[in-house]
Amino acid sequence: MFNPSLTTPIVAASVILLLSLDPFATASPIGGDAQRGKDVYQRCLGCHSLKINRTGPRHCGLLGRKAGTQPGYNYSKAMTESGITWTAETLDDFLTAPLKALPGTSMGYAGVRSATDRADLIAYLSTAMDGTVQCK
Amino acid sequence: MCAPQSLQLLTELKAETRREPFHDSAIFHTCRLAENTHFSEASLKKMEKSMFTEFMTNGMTRRRAIKTVGATTLSAAAVAVLGGRDALAAGATVSAQDVSILNTALGAELEAIAAYQTGAESGLLSNATLGIALQFQGHHKEHADALMKTVVKMGGKPVSAKASYEFPVDQLKSEADVLRFAATLEKGAVSAYLGAVPIFQDRELAKVAASILGDEAMHWAVLRHALGENPVPVAFVS
Repeated sequence: MFNPSLTTPIVAASVILLLSLDPFATASPIGGDAQRGKDVYQRCLGCHSLKINRTGPRHCGLLGRKAGTQPGYNYSKAMTESGITWTAETLDDFLTAPLKALPGTSMGYAGVRSATDRADLIAYLSTAMDGTVQCK
Repeated sequence: MCAPQSLQLLTELKAETRREPFHDSAIFHTCRLAENTHFSEASLKKMEKSMFTEFMTNGMTRRRAIKTVGATTLSAAAVAVLGGRDALAAGATVSAQDVSILNTALGAELEAIAAYQTGAESGLLSNATLGIALQFQGHHKEHADALMKTVVKMGGKPVSAKASYEFPVDQLKSEADVLRFAATLEKGAVSAYLGAVPIFQDRELAKVAASILGDEAMHWAVLRHALGENPVPVAFVS
């Protein structure tokens, strides 16, 4: 028998579930899938790597680092003077649209549109801390 | 002018293969490679053999074989410079952001040229693969040249190649390793250009970037094919 008092929470839960599956929905940059983030990171490999400075700076130890301070890399003035410290939140904001978040950055890249991709990417980057196997 | 060692190399190769002299353009080509790309003698010799084998096998003219390896079409450069000139001719302020994006791309292209150089000189590539690597390196040189000229045209200062690049040479133990390394860079380049196309303020520059993106994607596919992998694994690149 149809019982509205039971179906309402089910419908609500379904809507929440569907929203959570929308890759373009706003999502927390925390709690991403690091394994999947490794795949997303392939997009970055034209300019970046974990271990070495390339066209872009190295990413090992990025989380917690003050922006524009990786030794041996020639940053834009905008990045050096940004005052940003890289956290999941600041990275999420920057990666969404780098040139909007920080005009003058030399990262000429439109951004990672999907919130899920960004969260996964940040999760992967958070595993790449100095001293870890992938950063040696 | 041709360096004496380049002429000596050709003479040795002729003696080794017991064939008649190559077309004059081969000499110029070898000279150019020896003097401009700083290949080791071993690499040059290997490459010459590769081209000569192709000549004998497929009946290609020597001139055509050379073109296959060292394509020198100017279309990409012409298009890119045209893009820069359009931006200036329109009387609009040249976008500093566009210049910055072009310079970032130029830096990546210069790195790609060095990466292929490392692969070519690794001694790990078969003749056929070496020919492909050199052709792709030639494309990256054309991209770099076009980007550099456009940056200059737009009043910017183009970035220069680094004195040295840090590549994971200790991990390159086989031809497959070299191909995989190159494929990773090419795939990354596709993503980088894809990320640049939408943000160029001058849409002619976006078109040029898309043109280069297409070329990088072809490189990626060919390298994957050479590795025995599905050359086109996805319908959309990201």
